[in-house]
Amino acid sequence: MSPTAPALEIDGLIKDFGPVGALDGRMVRVLDGVGLRASHGAVTVLLGANGAGKTTTLECAQGLQRADGGTVRLLGEDPSRASPQLRARVGVMLQDGGLPPSVRPLALLRHVASMYSSPLPVGALAERLGIDDFGAVSIRRLSGGQKQRLALACALVGRPEVVFLDEPSAGLDPQSRTIVFDLIRELRADGLAVILTTHLLDDAQRLADYVYIIEGGRTVAEGTVAELTAETDADGVRELRFETLPGLTLPPDLLPHLHQLEAEPGHYVLRGVLTANDVARLATWWTDCGVMPSTIALAPRSLEDVFLDISGRSIR
Amino acid sequence: MTADPATPGAPGTSASVAPHAAGSGPATDAAASLAARVLRHGRYEALAMLRNGEQLVLAIVLPLLALVALVITPLLDGFGPSRIDVAAPGVLALCTMSTAFTGQGIATGFDRRYGVLRFLSTTPLGRSGLILGKAVAVAGVLGVQLVVIGGTAVLLGWEPRTVGIPGAALLLLVGSAAFTALGLLVAGTLRPEATLAVTNLVWILLAAAGGVILPASALPAAVEPFVAVLPSAALGDGLRSALVDGSLDPVACLVLLAWATVASLAAIRWFKWS
Repeated sequence: MSPTAPALEIDGLIKDFGPVGALDGRMVRVLDGVGLRASHGAVTVLLGANGAGKTTTLECAQGLQRADGGTVRLLGEDPSRASPQLRARVGVMLQDGGLPPSVRPLALLRHVASMYSSPLPVGALAERLGIDDFGAVSIRRLSGGQKQRLALACALVGRPEVVFLDEPSAGLDPQSRTIVFDLIRELRADGLAVILTTHLLDDAQRLADYVYIIEGGRTVAEGTVAELTAETDADGVRELRFETLPGLTLPPDLLPHLHQLEAEPGHYVLRGVLTANDVARLATWWTDCGVMPSTIALAPRSLEDVFLDISGRSIR
Repeated sequence: MTADPATPGAPGTSASVAPHAAGSGPATDAAASLAARVLRHGRYEALAMLRNGEQLVLAIVLPLLALVALVITPLLDGFGPSRIDVAAPGVLALCTMSTAFTGQGIATGFDRRYGVLRFLSTTPLGRSGLILGKAVAVAGVLGVQLVVIGGTAVLLGWEPRTVGIPGAALLLLVGSAAFTALGLLVAGTLRPEATLAVTNLVWILLAAAGGVILPASALPAAVEPFVAVLPSAALGDGLRSALVDGSLDPVACLVLLAWATVASLAAIRWFKWS
């Protein structure tokens, strides 16, 4: 494998589940041609709504599920037949954690470390992720965020070259989130290929070098956050908010291409592709009504807009 | 590949999480050796079993109570030279069932529910290492039980036939393989709550009327041939024949071997990891 080869290459990945009794024993196609590349020294984000196929894609890449079609190459090998040596180079954080409730965090982390020939020092890793604060309590007593940090430590303790993080920010308070995000950026700087899933657009916007939007078992869009949100300057502005008297109703024919709502009394939001002409018409209407908004704000096209443009489905 | 645990703790700096292979090509020896992985996982699971209160009751306390009860009651009178000589092999068979089948099955069922099996199978341990480690854990706990239960039985006057000890060891080995495979089969196909109920119920039924403590020949003639082909009766009667009479029962050996083979194949076929 050359040093520039992608850490993970997936082409035309197909996965069927079933037979499903509720569908008269038919199979359900969960993945229908997912394709992606993940490079060393980069954070690759799989973004999609719940049920889009992100976790199944990761499980095929981790060797936990066997693909029904297409190819998956992890560090140049087939992950469904991974040797212990390949598994040692790949760290996995599962969505449900995979943590035994009756075990103590530090004991588990030491045990996982013992599976590798040259693991990270457990004490330093535990300190870094704040695990030593709760290292001697049973895992069942931990909060969601504490479990997430422990699962992350278990994924990293073997010094992987590739790390899979399935919803790493789920259940994290803002402080833990900062710790975890800083660590992810550090892993990238150290040359790891970081592959993570999220349904949170904010995560993707903060972390991703490259984003794949997964929808209905397919890769429907890909690019850097800048590429995905830029498109053309013409449709760059996607939201206008203003604040004034409550209870105003925009005439339906004034700006028919914009979605209008009064988020709370006196707080108005217009969503859609906004032009200077739209703003001028709005200002004219304010003049006609005799109001002057106390605030006006424009927002550029966000990943959420990209997602809505593509799928028509809502995502957080 | 030097990892200095002292440097990352410097004030104001963070612990390094750098991979050892960054920029230097793939490592070829990043996994611990197979033997180390299996033995470490075996020790980990054995300690987890011995530290768990309910498991300890099942593994040590109940067999000890059974041993004492069988010595002070006339239940086993007429089956051998003394009560303890007939009781001790049966209680060792009971220990095998409790550790390999019930205890290990319940632990595996809940590990499956919590995703522990999936996570560990992504580490260098892998699926095969996980199963081998479980077998090591069962053997380790069974060793502790042999010392505690066997030692107590000797104090109570047990005099096993030394000529039968190798045969008994063989039966314990094949018997624990059969019950481990059966426990995995239940844990890998049913929900953990159902595994808990089924393995406990089967343990009680087999202990009471499965030829474990009371020889199969003591049961009504109508059920005896059915009970005799159960793994519980094969193990109990086989151990009694080895340790009371000093003879290896070939039928018992074959019955256990058949159960171990069929249950292993079934577990390989139907075990679900998630």
